[in-house]
Amino acid sequence: MKKQRLKEVSKGVRKVDALGLATGRALYTDDYAEPGMLHGKILRSPYANARITSIRTAKARALRGVEAVLTWRDLPRIPVTTAGQGYPEPSPYDKFILDKRVRFVGDEVAIVVARTERIAQKALELIEVDYEELEPVLDVRKALKKGAPLVHDEKECKVIIPIPYEPERNLVARVDASIGNVDKAYRACEHKVSGEFENHMSAHSAIEPHCSLSYLDPNGRLIIISTTQVPYHVRRIVALAMDIPVKKIRVIKPRLGGGFGGKQDIVLEPYVAAATLKTGKPVKIRMTREEVFVSSRTRHGMVTKIRMGADKAGNIKAIDLYALSNTGAYGNHGLTVACNVGMRTLVMFACPNMRFTSDVAYTNLPNAGAYRGYGGTQGILPTSGAIDILAEKLKMDPVDLLLKNIIKPGAEVPILNELGEGATTGSPRIGSFELAACLKTGAKAFGWKAKRRRPRDTGRFRRGVGMAPMIQGSSIPFIDMASAFIKMNDDGSFNLQMGATDIGQGSDTVLAQIAAEALTVKTSDIIVYSSDTDLTPFDVGAYASSTTYLSGRAVKKTAEKVKELILDVGAEMLKADRNRVRLEDGKVLAPGARSVSLQQVGTYSLYEKNQFQIAACESSFSEESPPPTAAHFVEIEMDVLTGKIRVLKYVQAVECGTPVNPVLAKGQVIGALVNGLSYALVEQYIFGPKGRLLNPNYDYFKIFCSRDIPDITTIFVPSYEDTGPFGAKSVGEVCINGPMPSIANAIYNAVGVRMRCAPFTPNRVLEALRKNGVT
Amino acid sequence: MMQVELTINGIRKTFETQPSETLLELLRRNGYTSVKFGCGEGACGACTVILNGHPVNSCLVLTGLADGKSVETLEGLGDQHKPHLLQEAFMETGAIQCGFCTPGMILATKALLDGNSRPSDEDIRRALDGNLCRCTGYEQIFDAVKAAARRLRAAKKPKASSK
Repeated sequence: MKKQRLKEVSKGVRKVDALGLATGRALYTDDYAEPGMLHGKILRSPYANARITSIRTAKARALRGVEAVLTWRDLPRIPVTTAGQGYPEPSPYDKFILDKRVRFVGDEVAIVVARTERIAQKALELIEVDYEELEPVLDVRKALKKGAPLVHDEKECKVIIPIPYEPERNLVARVDASIGNVDKAYRACEHKVSGEFENHMSAHSAIEPHCSLSYLDPNGRLIIISTTQVPYHVRRIVALAMDIPVKKIRVIKPRLGGGFGGKQDIVLEPYVAAATLKTGKPVKIRMTREEVFVSSRTRHGMVTKIRMGADKAGNIKAIDLYALSNTGAYGNHGLTVACNVGMRTLVMFACPNMRFTSDVAYTNLPNAGAYRGYGGTQGILPTSGAIDILAEKLKMDPVDLLLKNIIKPGAEVPILNELGEGATTGSPRIGSFELAACLKTGAKAFGWKAKRRRPRDTGRFRRGVGMAPMIQGSSIPFIDMASAFIKMNDDGSFNLQMGATDIGQGSDTVLAQIAAEALTVKTSDIIVYSSDTDLTPFDVGAYASSTTYLSGRAVKKTAEKVKELILDVGAEMLKADRNRVRLEDGKVLAPGARSVSLQQVGTYSLYEKNQFQIAACESSFSEESPPPTAAHFVEIEMDVLTGKIRVLKYVQAVECGTPVNPVLAKGQVIGALVNGLSYALVEQYIFGPKGRLLNPNYDYFKIFCSRDIPDITTIFVPSYEDTGPFGAKSVGEVCINGPMPSIANAIYNAVGVRMRCAPFTPNRVLEALRKNGVT
Repeated sequence: MMQVELTINGIRKTFETQPSETLLELLRRNGYTSVKFGCGEGACGACTVILNGHPVNSCLVLTGLADGKSVETLEGLGDQHKPHLLQEAFMETGAIQCGFCTPGMILATKALLDGNSRPSDEDIRRALDGNLCRCTGYEQIFDAVKAAARRLRAAKKPKASSK
């Protein structure tokens, strides 16, 4: 495919929803209210592992203003997964919406529905629960050991596709993928590296807390307005959990206040649904910030091990990567995040012998789920660390070592075949892949070689530089599907209706630009509506970096079909040969400089002759998942007296195909980068000895604020993805993966201490410095 | 039950309230939904309003403490028909992604620029440090504040000369 001259795509047009957002008029879930609406609150477990032996609700129900109290007795006992994935899910069906067993501090025990939030809160304290406390397993390293306490001993737990699942020993999933002969090749290597790394759990921390509102419409259908990235999956999973038909449910996603994966999981929807089905009344539940920290979802913490070996010349001959993943009390995204640890690392290497293995374990800690980066974050830490160590052994620059060993555009990638997401995986050939250009461009802009050669500082403040490469995917191949519907109006404007989910990232805008480009109109001529399971066609939703790429392809295909209909009508109006008319700048042109405008075409088709609605609905199914790539370079200054790390300079070079909207793409990569920096340096869950989260608030769980932002340079490296809409691939996730490994490498460069365990908070850094005699 | 009198966006109004009700709850209950609940503990800034000229977290202000005072919310700044310069600046620089922190950010920016028409980078970072954003990484918000400051200065000039 040749590059086209683009008019709407590749322009930084204003977000189509900007006006409502900038004036505070846009409505988020919590801004909706139904007449007579009740407020729900959820009673949560104080124990990490316990059986409920008795639960008495009479006192709570007797409180004035309380309309209902629901416990496990009020709900059908149906195992589901709340992972919010497509069907059949690769996550175990191990969750009962309410259960008589609780599996982490914060697990759901009961729902109270009352006239006000305050009454509901008060009623929670009146519910009397007797627990039989069981020993919890809180350390993932102990979870798979013989005799460890079991998180799921109920017999109904199951997986619905053939994947390894052994709850009788806390095993959620296992991965074993390899090419070549890793052990033999590693033994033969001249230079060998092996080591263990660990990354931590963390919170998505969207500023909008999770919120859901449900009510019955006049025909008795259940309407759910919710903070969700996956309206269609919500509909299917609520139907299953509540044992009602899909056709009885409509899910509406209004404006969303950020997701980052945390709103892919089905967190509140079954609870409001249960409350509405019980009372017949509208019910809203909005999480407190504490609940968002504890009881929404987290990033999978992992212990990773790597072995990497190279020959004398620095050709990497063997990579062996292992991850022990902590999925918490339920197995959401356990298998797939683990697979992505291998997929987002090994794929970048042209190495003949590679292996990725993983064990995913239950613990009695908060439930992990999807989180921007999705395995890439966890995998790059050991991989990039090993590259740094190997480069030192080889007396090479890590950038040069990478340039020598990464794949080239168009490369065959056999490891992809082995690393599916529990199903057939994509084409083992990569299309566009400009990681080499990212490495070179980023290194140059950063001044890498000169900074790297600088001798180590010896005083209190010591500078160091580090770097990391990273890749992500664009949609889940052979699984994800997106569709779009476009109809034409009498003024030549178009309605674009999509299940694709704008969660703040700007997909409504980017997809409108793609439609406008294909229809040769302005983005402002496209009226976007997303997403509503009654009114918009199917889309898996906003996850797996799929929207620009996959939903974008669906939109382009739909627009092209509409364009054909417009040309039919235009040719009829112009009495011209159908094969000789074309669409350009919003006009149908025929030979002899004759033309009709889109307004004329729209009006003609609706009112004048042979009337019909110009409209189309098309779908796109993904057969590949082209990776966006990036290279990060960081300079830090360490205070060896306090352990505090200050980021002085950060350069990121990113390649994502055509940036459909460069302003929004820049926002995506800087936002991801800053989230990654915050994760690497300050964010951490701190648990008490019995599994209670001790810091579920912003005072003690810090996230980066305006004063923490370093000097950041962002460079987009040109590339063009043939399979993507107008050359685009994804951009939303990839850059969150870079800061943790880059900073780890920079710490080593500064003080010669290899920190393998994130986050790099002052007390941890200081401890490492002391242990190594630096301070 | 008690009554408070508030001047919201220039209009004086009387509200029934409870001593334990926060200004955030009162405002949202009465349709000022640009004021967002983000944390309820004064840490995220999504509920920022300008109270007697100062940006505050309305989740920490009990309604009794706001009695007799003036409250500015984003609804008072500009609307879809005629957005304010500040809102225009936020729309054009990529400063808005999900938009949930935007009302608070714009009000914190207004409070800054009302007292400082030429803020330094450090002034901007300080002024916004109580308003968390998880989407943008802040850089394009800084761009918006600078653009807004420039436009406000430009808008003031011709008026001053015509007077």
